[in-house]
Amino acid sequence: MDFSLTKQENLFLQMIREFAENEVKPLAAEIDEQERFPMETVEKMAKIGIMGIPIPKQYGGQGGSTQMYSMAVEELSRVCATTGVVVSAHTSLCAEPILMFGTEAQKQQYLPKLASGEWIGAFGLTEPNAGTDAAMQQTTAIDAGDKWILNGSKIFITNASYADVYVVFAMTDKSLGTKGISAFIVEKGFKGFSIGKKEKKLGIRGSATCELVFENCEVPKENLLGKEGKGFKIAMMTLDGGRLGIASQALGIAQGAMDETVKYVKERTQFQLADLETKINAARFLVRSAAERIDKGLPHSKDAAMAKLYAAEVAMEMTTKAIQFHGGYGYTREYPVERMFRDAKITEIYEGTSEVQRMVIAASLLK
Amino acid sequence: MNIVVCIKQVPDTTEVKIDPKTGTLIREGVPSIMNPDDKGGLELALRLKDEFGAKVTVITMGLPQAEAILRESLAMGADRAILLTDRKLGGADTLATSYALSGALRELGYDLVITGRQAIDGDTAQVGPELAEHLDIPQVTYLEDCKFDGKKTFTIKKQLEDGYQMVQVDMPCLVSVLASSYKPRYMSVSGIVECFDKEIETWTVDNIKVEEEKLGKKGSPTNVKKSFAKAVKGQGEVIEVEPEEAVNIIVNKLKEKHII
Repeated sequence: MDFSLTKQENLFLQMIREFAENEVKPLAAEIDEQERFPMETVEKMAKIGIMGIPIPKQYGGQGGSTQMYSMAVEELSRVCATTGVVVSAHTSLCAEPILMFGTEAQKQQYLPKLASGEWIGAFGLTEPNAGTDAAMQQTTAIDAGDKWILNGSKIFITNASYADVYVVFAMTDKSLGTKGISAFIVEKGFKGFSIGKKEKKLGIRGSATCELVFENCEVPKENLLGKEGKGFKIAMMTLDGGRLGIASQALGIAQGAMDETVKYVKERTQFQLADLETKINAARFLVRSAAERIDKGLPHSKDAAMAKLYAAEVAMEMTTKAIQFHGGYGYTREYPVERMFRDAKITEIYEGTSEVQRMVIAASLLK
Repeated sequence: MNIVVCIKQVPDTTEVKIDPKTGTLIREGVPSIMNPDDKGGLELALRLKDEFGAKVTVITMGLPQAEAILRESLAMGADRAILLTDRKLGGADTLATSYALSGALRELGYDLVITGRQAIDGDTAQVGPELAEHLDIPQVTYLEDCKFDGKKTFTIKKQLEDGYQMVQVDMPCLVSVLASSYKPRYMSVSGIVECFDKEIETWTVDNIKVEEEKLGKKGSPTNVKKSFAKAVKGQGEVIEVEPEEAVNIIVNKLKEKHII
């Protein structure tokens, strides 16, 4: 395994760090406090290509590596976890499945707009009764000749209400279980599609998390993503890659908390910091290794799961201790570690809980 | 329009320390960056390119590692990059540097030459003006803002110590730019991906028509006798008395120190 970064990746790191420091960090506390979606940052990111890093040039993307994309989410999350997840959900959960499973026409129609950041993407899988157990989908899609009719709702959808296009899952044949799930590309203007309740969250408060509501929603026939009945596979494969984005986010949060702690404390805590620094680096190696496997086209399900599981746990441990190192001040909003602590928790939950990651890893051992 | 931007790789002086024994910069471990005023100059060139269409060439004279700032320029949107590097150019002061650059500029051809106001490592602000003299073209230094008529005339707001001047100048000309006036754009992701596939043209003295004795250390009239860190001044003494008495105290102090 070769963890040395390429020249491009090194230059990219220089740019993204500068961008995060100058454009993202100054807004982090404000968007958290106001629970405000950082639209102005999305526009700035769009301008320099951050919304389409791993998308090939032929579809209007930047033609960068998965490693670069992972580094972008890490560096953004280092100063603002909200901004990190906006990019991650947009890229990993919407643009990637269209790239992997879309028809040429779908790719031509959606990818240039997503990659340029003109459109924001989102992903709708989770339902009140179908979280970890995604097979319990209640949303239905009925073949009505020239279109699909969707009914049901999705919850906890990142970027919802700001997104222009959603990859949504629904049952096309309930009798077939997971093999009866299909994926669809839904645009925000489609008849019968609306945004429901917005969640009030513990962390990543600047990111919009809402319900999606489908009431006889009309989806054109050609917007079926992949083959009918392949939705569950599409969701799982999407999440395999998506996990890397969240692993990168968790890593960024941990690194950000470490940066703040180092700034704040003096020598006396050096041994504890040494252990945490070691763990952060171990997490980074897992993240880089998973990204490298994706770039090389190798199987990466287990690797991304290990990266997410471990990085999320390190993020929780690091941010918890960061507050402790800061003492009473760390508990106040005067210091960013309070926000980082709240932001870290979600990385153990979304895009597969830590329990799910353990299942994925264990299953790969026992198969 | 052909725009040539002269850039320099410098140590990031916000991170630089002075060796108290030798009085020279400790360069070890200090990151190298594109000189901020030069980066502002590149931004001006790229804005002109965006608005009016132009070919933007960046050139640097320096060691091979200066390639890094040329790549960065390409990733920001420059079209062509030239590294002028040769042992014969080593030890050049501002006069020899501007002379060598003028040779390269003549080879390249230009409508507009842009330099930064000054480099943060030397702070002389001489290379730009000297370059214009060697090329025998008009120059406007300390450019804070400018308007281009789309043909050949620039109307430039030139910063002065206590105000500004509005100057009109026709191309071909040289301007030196302030970093504070042109916030440089970020490298784009695709620019970063592509810039390593582009060629950095390496030029030596053989590529330019110059007299060799005017190059490098030989061609440099400047000699650095000694460099030292400025001593920290102690706190002054404040004496609050009537003016007449104060004059006597000051005169006595000056006499004590044999100044008068």
